[in-house]
Amino acid sequence: MELLEAIILAVLAASTPLLLAASGELLVERAGVLNLGVEGMMIVGAACGFAGAWATGSTFIGALCGILAGVALSLVFALMTLGLAVNQVATGLALTILGIGVSGLIGAGFVGERIATAPRLYIPGLTTLPFVGKILFGEDAFVYVSLALIIGMSWFLYRTRAGLVLRAIGDNHVSAHALGYPVLKIRMFAVMFGGGCAGLAGAYLPLAYTPFFVPGMTAGRGWIALALVVFASWLPGRLVIGAYLFGAVSILQLHAQGWGVGVPSQLMSALPYLATVVVLVLISRTRSGGSTAPAALGTVFVPDR
Amino acid sequence: MNRKALAAAALLLATGLGLGAAVAADKLKVGFVYIGPVGDFGWTYQHEVGRQMIVKEFGDKIETTYLENVSEGPDSERSIEQLARAGNQLIFTTSFGYMDPTLKVAKRNPKVMFEHATGFKRDKNMSSYSGRFFEGRYIQGLIAAKMSKKGVLGYIGSFPIPEVISGINATMLAAQKINPDIKIKIIWVNTWFDPGKEADAAKALLDQGADVIMQHTDSPAAMQVASERGALAFGQDSDMIKFGPKTQLTAVTNNWGPYYVERVKAALDGTWKSEDTWAGLKEKMVVMAPYTNMPDDVKKMAMDTEAAIIAGTLKPFKCPILGQDGKEVECKGGDALDPGQVLGMNFYVKGIDDKIPGK
Repeated sequence: MELLEAIILAVLAASTPLLLAASGELLVERAGVLNLGVEGMMIVGAACGFAGAWATGSTFIGALCGILAGVALSLVFALMTLGLAVNQVATGLALTILGIGVSGLIGAGFVGERIATAPRLYIPGLTTLPFVGKILFGEDAFVYVSLALIIGMSWFLYRTRAGLVLRAIGDNHVSAHALGYPVLKIRMFAVMFGGGCAGLAGAYLPLAYTPFFVPGMTAGRGWIALALVVFASWLPGRLVIGAYLFGAVSILQLHAQGWGVGVPSQLMSALPYLATVVVLVLISRTRSGGSTAPAALGTVFVPDR
Repeated sequence: MNRKALAAAALLLATGLGLGAAVAADKLKVGFVYIGPVGDFGWTYQHEVGRQMIVKEFGDKIETTYLENVSEGPDSERSIEQLARAGNQLIFTTSFGYMDPTLKVAKRNPKVMFEHATGFKRDKNMSSYSGRFFEGRYIQGLIAAKMSKKGVLGYIGSFPIPEVISGINATMLAAQKINPDIKIKIIWVNTWFDPGKEADAAKALLDQGADVIMQHTDSPAAMQVASERGALAFGQDSDMIKFGPKTQLTAVTNNWGPYYVERVKAALDGTWKSEDTWAGLKEKMVVMAPYTNMPDDVKKMAMDTEAAIIAGTLKPFKCPILGQDGKEVECKGGDALDPGQVLGMNFYVKGIDDKIPGK
């Protein structure tokens, strides 16, 4: 039982950065923009988040710095793809390369420094409950924020008029434009939101996961977040399942090795990625032929004036 | 007209290149290829410390360049070639997986001197160098067995290559001297550098009952997790005491500087030859970080063992060595395994209740 509790705690921690980054990207893609720069925004968020927390001693300010850094980088993306109508795929990839470079520059002075880990929730009586206490009431703020974010986003996308407009823009920006909706403006807000989420996800790593900064510490998590959005077929509910499933597989494979399960560790390490591929195949075999993606995803929009 | 312009451009380019070579001839250009970021605080960081040492030692006589985050495989061949073409006359490639790419580039650039870390292939213009890290691992094994209350050690491996496997075996052989029933749990993360994953592996090991953590990956994540949980751990590559002041017992640190100084000096003097260097505690290529967080008797035992290894009176892979099946491993080096057997090690010793992945 104690081991199960420990495993669940580890899974929650491993899944949270993926969920945060993927939530933001889901909204961006729902607005019809493909931002492949998640990894870059995350790593800059990690560097700035650490810098902020190191300077002030506050996890909250660190997280805020991470969000702002992510937003700032996403504005570069918005300027290029929305303002200048540059190809989104190329810009997104460039954004990742830029982000890795910038984060190395910002973080260079912080290598080898330590900060305190993000505080965890503690409610007397609840956190001390056996088994469920720590899991439900003993997490750091990031875990709760990530869940609140996905619930809020679900509500926004499906229960508000603005959400409807955003989805309409993602499916057919020409029609939305003809109806008088400010396509580029709404897309810009979506991209900024995505940047903020990626920045927060990045900041989670040095603030709560491993409380130090080293260059390249996101280690590909931004790419996994991108895959998760496709895995979830652009639905927030499935995104939660996907993120936790991914986290669970990556933690369980470590435990399986410790137990001496006779499966090669190389295969175990590949399992989360294999699962993604399998789900992608399953999705594309459904009746709709995999056309769950926003129809205008990745296409450039230039309003006719 | 066009053709003329083209010819002019070609001429310009040619003189430009010539000029570049002339400048390069004045100074010895030394290139480094790193697997991780220089700030990984582990493996690559130690090579970077070595590079800084030659800069300090030779100053204006040399010019150094490094490429970081170069992944192993085909990508590295391009990077090494690039360094060679940029006029670097001495190139250090600092990861096992660069071995074949380095060899290929070395064959194409016979005038360039290459130095490859931790591999076993050499050529007229390609040396190999490595540390006998297992000597340090042996000392760690003794300390771990003394310090572990539960008798379960946790080991985070990167890739199941001989260097890592010989480290696990040396640890276990030593630990069994203290506690014959000692257990070891091994988790492979299949990466040299992913702090999050290394931390997860450390958590999994602790959750499964290990109370001393050892790692063969490059970031201080495991040390930090152990420190948070109040367990004990060993640093890797660098002294990681900062990340676990009450946690780190010692660390096997890599000290490449003196070797780099020696090789650069040889290149400057024109006496550089292809060599195979395998240095350990004695030559100070492998250096133990201060022994901390342990009682005096354990500390003394560790220091005595270190002295015995340096003196050559203690050999970590002393025969007889039993394989997992209980049969004695052939002893090619007289009283201990010979270097080839250690550098190519692909078996676990008796007492390790696990399988080498993919075997």
